[in-house]
Amino acid sequence: MSKPKFAMYWAASCGGCEIAVLNIHEKILDVDANFEVVFWPVAMDAKYKDVEAMEDGSITLCLFNGGMRNDENEHVAKLLRKKSQIMVAFGSCACEGCIPGMGNFSNVNQLIDTAFTTLSTDNPQNLRPQTSYEVPEGTLTIPTMNPLLKTLDQVVDVDYYMPGCPPESHQIAAVVELVIAALQGNAQLPPKGATIGAGNSTVCDECTRKRNVKLIKEFSRIQLTHPDPELCLLEQGIPCNGIATRSGCNARCPSVGAQCIGCYGPAEGVVDYGARLISAFASVIDSENPDEIDKILDGLVDPAGQFYRFNLAGSLLRGSKYAKNGA
Amino acid sequence: MDKKDEKEKIGVYVCHCGTNIAGVINVEEVSTWAAENLKDQGVVISREYKFMCSSLGQELIQKDIKELGLTRVVVAACSPHLHEKTFRNACKGAGLNPYLCELVSIREQDSWVHTDKVAATEKAKAIISGGVSRVVYHEALEPLHVPIHPATLVVGGGIAGIQAALEIADAGFPVYLVEREPSIGGHMAQFDKTFPTLDCSACILTPKMVDAGNHPNITLLTYSEVEKVDGYVGSFVATIRKRARSLREADCTGCGICWEKCPKKVVDDVFEAGMGNRKAIYVPFPQAVPKYPVIDRVNCTYYIKGTCKACEKFCPTNCIDFAQQDEILTVEVGNVILATGWDLFDTRRITQYGYGRLPNVFTSLEFERMSNSAGPTGGNVVLRDGKTEPKVVGIVHCVGSRDKNYNEYCSSICCMQSLKFAHLVKEKTGAEVYNFYIDIRTPAKGYEEFYHRLLEEGTHFIRGKVAEISDATRLPSEEGKLVIQVEDTLTGNQLRVPVDMAILSAGLEPRHDSKALAKLFGISCSADGWLIERHPKLDPIATMTDGIYIAGCVQGPKDIPASVAQGAAAAARVMGKIQQKEIALEPVRATIHEEQCSGCRICNNLCPFNAILFHEDRMVSEVNPALCQGCGTCVAGCPAGAITGTGFSNEQILSQINGLLLLNVPKKQAVAA
Repeated sequence: MSKPKFAMYWAASCGGCEIAVLNIHEKILDVDANFEVVFWPVAMDAKYKDVEAMEDGSITLCLFNGGMRNDENEHVAKLLRKKSQIMVAFGSCACEGCIPGMGNFSNVNQLIDTAFTTLSTDNPQNLRPQTSYEVPEGTLTIPTMNPLLKTLDQVVDVDYYMPGCPPESHQIAAVVELVIAALQGNAQLPPKGATIGAGNSTVCDECTRKRNVKLIKEFSRIQLTHPDPELCLLEQGIPCNGIATRSGCNARCPSVGAQCIGCYGPAEGVVDYGARLISAFASVIDSENPDEIDKILDGLVDPAGQFYRFNLAGSLLRGSKYAKNGA
Repeated sequence: MDKKDEKEKIGVYVCHCGTNIAGVINVEEVSTWAAENLKDQGVVISREYKFMCSSLGQELIQKDIKELGLTRVVVAACSPHLHEKTFRNACKGAGLNPYLCELVSIREQDSWVHTDKVAATEKAKAIISGGVSRVVYHEALEPLHVPIHPATLVVGGGIAGIQAALEIADAGFPVYLVEREPSIGGHMAQFDKTFPTLDCSACILTPKMVDAGNHPNITLLTYSEVEKVDGYVGSFVATIRKRARSLREADCTGCGICWEKCPKKVVDDVFEAGMGNRKAIYVPFPQAVPKYPVIDRVNCTYYIKGTCKACEKFCPTNCIDFAQQDEILTVEVGNVILATGWDLFDTRRITQYGYGRLPNVFTSLEFERMSNSAGPTGGNVVLRDGKTEPKVVGIVHCVGSRDKNYNEYCSSICCMQSLKFAHLVKEKTGAEVYNFYIDIRTPAKGYEEFYHRLLEEGTHFIRGKVAEISDATRLPSEEGKLVIQVEDTLTGNQLRVPVDMAILSAGLEPRHDSKALAKLFGISCSADGWLIERHPKLDPIATMTDGIYIAGCVQGPKDIPASVAQGAAAAARVMGKIQQKEIALEPVRATIHEEQCSGCRICNNLCPFNAILFHEDRMVSEVNPALCQGCGTCVAGCPAGAITGTGFSNEQILSQINGLLLLNVPKKQAVAA
């Protein structure tokens, strides 16, 4: 009997998810023992036409990471959806847009300008990428950028979501084990649409810091202060997003004194992560005086990054109006 | 929004509200549209009717519930504030859980605010579509029953509060009557005569004060203030600071030797309105209830310099206690009546009237004290020098009222108060009296007759708003007088009226701390600062917070009879509640899902009703359902989405938005926009 087939793909992402998969150490051998890897650009050579040639539904498990930044991303997403039985939005980019999704605050021209003209770019001829270019041999094309980066489920049907930037290796290992067990008939897969490899509560649930009723008089940046090692960071005015972020990482950042920046995305049932955080932070500001409140809020120097670093493309607004209209 | 598996049977009922709605919205069209286009949402019947809230309208709904087996009802009519209960009860009467009925407002939010009939009709469709999408996600709810504590807290010991306290106490229930000043009595105790009957204010008030002081069911807490209120209707816990009187009440006989012997004179800004003095140890007035004095520690020589103790030396019962501490009491009550009254408009704000600069300009309260036989002048109407009787007196109406620069509202009592002053001046001095008025407003029983009496007594009435009161004279006849500059708007003449004394009939303002009071008790007050009643016409003494009632001028300016009536009415409402022994609380409240709560404690400090408690052992927060009023603050604040508000779930709100945007209706039908 042939082994079930496995695929993994990266769309608009950094590659960290791939590393995280390899980081499951010896468990990777289980993957190899139980699956036939048919498509995994980071690990092996393959062509899209090889995938196109596969039978529909012939891939058992596809871990898809990265957001839908351009038409190539969308094309592969649709292709892999058609060929796969279980499509997993793997990692924050596929689930909710992640860092590339913050591009949704700008339109495509601004993004290209930033990439090709700012100080860090050496571009004396002031070149710009063209989506198609005529050469004697014919027309060369590169993918066209979408006005907004989309999440995977804004393009194709997704079976499971696995959050994290990247997903924690122990969670990946657990999911791999579960899928293998399910394939052997020893376990049940969760209902479609479920979030896997994460908890149902928030980071605070796994955080061991002591916490009291929160009353915030000042927000400060982590690099400017020496937080008490025992006490809840948010209580100390460090804008920790753990209160709104899905559990599953064992509170990695807060446990070593860094605030949670929210890579595991919204908790179960939350529609808009950033909006939740904004109202929560606003709720615990300890002042009745509008001027003082303004001053306290000035301590949040980058609200967009604070509240929507990972979640912008998957939020209710998806991006700025400017980005949606311009291109 | 996903539809639920089982299709609900929804009835839509569109009310004309006479012409209130039908005058702007094409009700028939809306009803037909709903029947045709919201079928997919589960609408099986859509009707319109002249008055849905009438018995016949309600019966229409009930008949459909029974005959068509409706599982949800959407009524498009007025605001839920008005008739939500009516339609919920109608549904209940027909066997449908009342919370499966949704009332959407096409009156307050549509017909009353729009004039474009076509657009308003389209908006009504959208509003109904939102209601239909929402009602699918409603759940059958059962009210929570809690017992009612028989005691009542009355805050404010003026006539309204006294009346309320006496009514409840006479009915056999305990009352805590809390008063900030050393004695109950309020403003009424300062007056000499009351309009329009001119009976003696003290003579009718003091018996009530004594009754309240002696009543076995009334615990009088004077010189005290409520600092904190927890709980909910049926079981409030109030924390009251009983300020130290600096004497042991149990030993004090109220003999008065201490304030006789006290060497320190203090200007009495409260009771005597600055017209007279009191001592550092004092009772505000002879008939004060309770009879015990207080030491004013700010002015007492002992507290300033550490010596004196004259009162202690002379006290025959040795009851003075300089070291006495404030007492903090907590009392449990089922209901609260707020009757904290009013403050006088500060006439110094109208600088052109010269109060504070021109000695013979008086405020209304000063005149009340002056005309009082127990007052600082022994009831003689005299100039600021204390002896000269005025020959001409001008009374300025509407000072600080009906004036966009100060208060737009009419203080309602000033016309009658001014007429009373005019009568008293005439009676006591025979002086010439001028009333400067904008309009004379004498609408209550016996008031117009009093006005005519004054006209017959020969008081002059000049219709015009006084521009200025000045001591800058132009003519020999004005020498040494105050000149009132005014346009007589009936004749069109500019007048300069020289007078010896001017009385500013100042308006009533909310207590300076009324906003803090509203916050303390979790009720709302208007921008002016008057507390807001549940309904301006049909429920003027209840508030939007169950178990908190308001009476007297705290709700808005009013005269003594109206204050007394409100005090009694509030008492009746409270007694009605107490008699029920238990109360059904609205089941619309918040719940924390324990498995989703990670105990971050964001919500812990948010609840205005202190309904959230934190379990340290399990690291989760919990909402006490009896305390929760369903306001939704914690629901919005919870970053984990672990709190849901019954009746306001994400599904309900998002589906209502989808409905409002007509996303649930086939595109070609959605003609709005």
